[in-house]
Amino acid sequence: MRTFELTRPTAIGDALEHHGARDAFIGGGTNLIDLVKLGVMRPEQVVDINGLGLDDIETLDDGRVSIGARVSNADLARDDRIMRDYPVLSQALLSGASTSLRNMATTAGNVMQRTRCPYFRDTAMPCNKRSPGSGCSALTGINRNHAVLGGSEACIAVHPSDMCVAMAAIGGTVVLEGRKGQREVPFADFHLLPERHPEKEHDLHDDEMITHVILDAPQAGAASNYLKLRDRASYEFALASCAAILTLDGDTVSSVRLALGGVATKPWRALDAEAALVGMEATTDSFEHAAVLAFQGAVPQSGNAFKVTLGQQAIVRSLRDAARALKAQGDRS
Amino acid sequence: MTEHFDPGTQQDETASTSRRHFLKTVGASGVAAASVPLWGPAAQARAADDPPPRSDAPRQGLSRIRLNINGHLHTVDIAPQMVLLDVLRNESGLTGTKKGCDHGQCGACTVLVNGQAINSCLSLAISHQTDEITTIEGLEHNGELHPVQAAFWEHDAFQCGYCTSGQIMSAVALLNDKQMGESDAAVREAMSGNICRCGAYRNILAAVQDARQVMKGGA
Repeated sequence: MRTFELTRPTAIGDALEHHGARDAFIGGGTNLIDLVKLGVMRPEQVVDINGLGLDDIETLDDGRVSIGARVSNADLARDDRIMRDYPVLSQALLSGASTSLRNMATTAGNVMQRTRCPYFRDTAMPCNKRSPGSGCSALTGINRNHAVLGGSEACIAVHPSDMCVAMAAIGGTVVLEGRKGQREVPFADFHLLPERHPEKEHDLHDDEMITHVILDAPQAGAASNYLKLRDRASYEFALASCAAILTLDGDTVSSVRLALGGVATKPWRALDAEAALVGMEATTDSFEHAAVLAFQGAVPQSGNAFKVTLGQQAIVRSLRDAARALKAQGDRS
Repeated sequence: MTEHFDPGTQQDETASTSRRHFLKTVGASGVAAASVPLWGPAAQARAADDPPPRSDAPRQGLSRIRLNINGHLHTVDIAPQMVLLDVLRNESGLTGTKKGCDHGQCGACTVLVNGQAINSCLSLAISHQTDEITTIEGLEHNGELHPVQAAFWEHDAFQCGYCTSGQIMSAVALLNDKQMGESDAAVREAMSGNICRCGAYRNILAAVQDARQVMKGGA
């Protein structure tokens, strides 16, 4: 394994002072250490954020919920407020990785998680994300697991996170602390499309670190659902997943949030599908129509055309389950 | 090369030169581990005391840290990028924790940190100086197997045995966690990060559920 310098600051200011363009922050280490062992990430210095606190989940005065960068995926999934007010986030987290990895993995680390594209992980292969300008092996290679949405001629690597799909549906901001101060980036804008620069994955400067993720206040009267479809029942990344948050007025959709995983180069909000659903009757026909719209711009590759159908069905099933939950609540009250 | 296995001489590793003892002795020489022998009941008792501070300085680029492993303090000199798995096996002589994939994909390296299961192959050792680390070697109590170890024995919950210590550590964490479901499906889900290439899952599940009853005082 490659060597690196390690610094263990106890204040955010010191952490930022130590961190440069060729360095990496470490929280749980589940992604970074894996990629350092592979030679894919080669930080000269690793800055350990575990002495910085940042491990609280707080409800803010305006109803939003702030999650510290170091809150583990396990603790977040099991937090009472998250389970009650954002069950879709708890479900998404618990569908990801394994018990022991969730105990280690942090909120900020999950936001920063790198793709599982096998060409990215193999230093013997060309990859524009790992080695800009070297080419994309997936476009002409084995691309069954790759993206059909948000890809470019430079990269079709899928964003692997489940947590981020739920966060994209909920909405919120990523809070960044830098040498020049603090800023909040809307969650939907934090992950970048690959376009011509797949190596640039986040709206994050070299001198900045994530300190919190803030979730929008929970929607009253909503039902939600995270559906993850994959090659085996557990401990596997999504082929297609859907986070849906739905409210109904009688049988009519009054609001809906849809986000997709496993099919896109970033946590993918299906805005066209959402817009088409509002005001429609909550029927399978409406859901199927929205699902078609969600994949209207899809660009399937030689091995992954099935993801269009699979992703559409994930949307339909996820919405149907959310609508059923709402109707069951209505029948009981 | 084949080796004759005579159970009669394997009972007490301090009294016989077992293959494991031989390998550990060779493996521990030349490394900067604390000079406390870690095999055999007598050695375990000595290791329980805080080892005296070492007079020599760590080699350049190494940091001297102390880890609380199975209730014993281990002084080790480590490089910053060393993961807990490698320190346990190569510096502390605790080879019960196994290196499988080395990338967090198989669970063979599972140990407990403050009671929680983690993948020791992806965790920097230096970040565990204030933690209580438990490995498979730390489960037995006064020579008695932990109920999960006994249940794995009873149910023949392994074939080659390579994943077994990781399976057992995950099972112990799961059974001590009141928020975890108790159904077969919940156990399968909670332990899905521990891969068994021999496919002993059915017997592993039976062992975990049996151990649950024993730990509740039921059987």
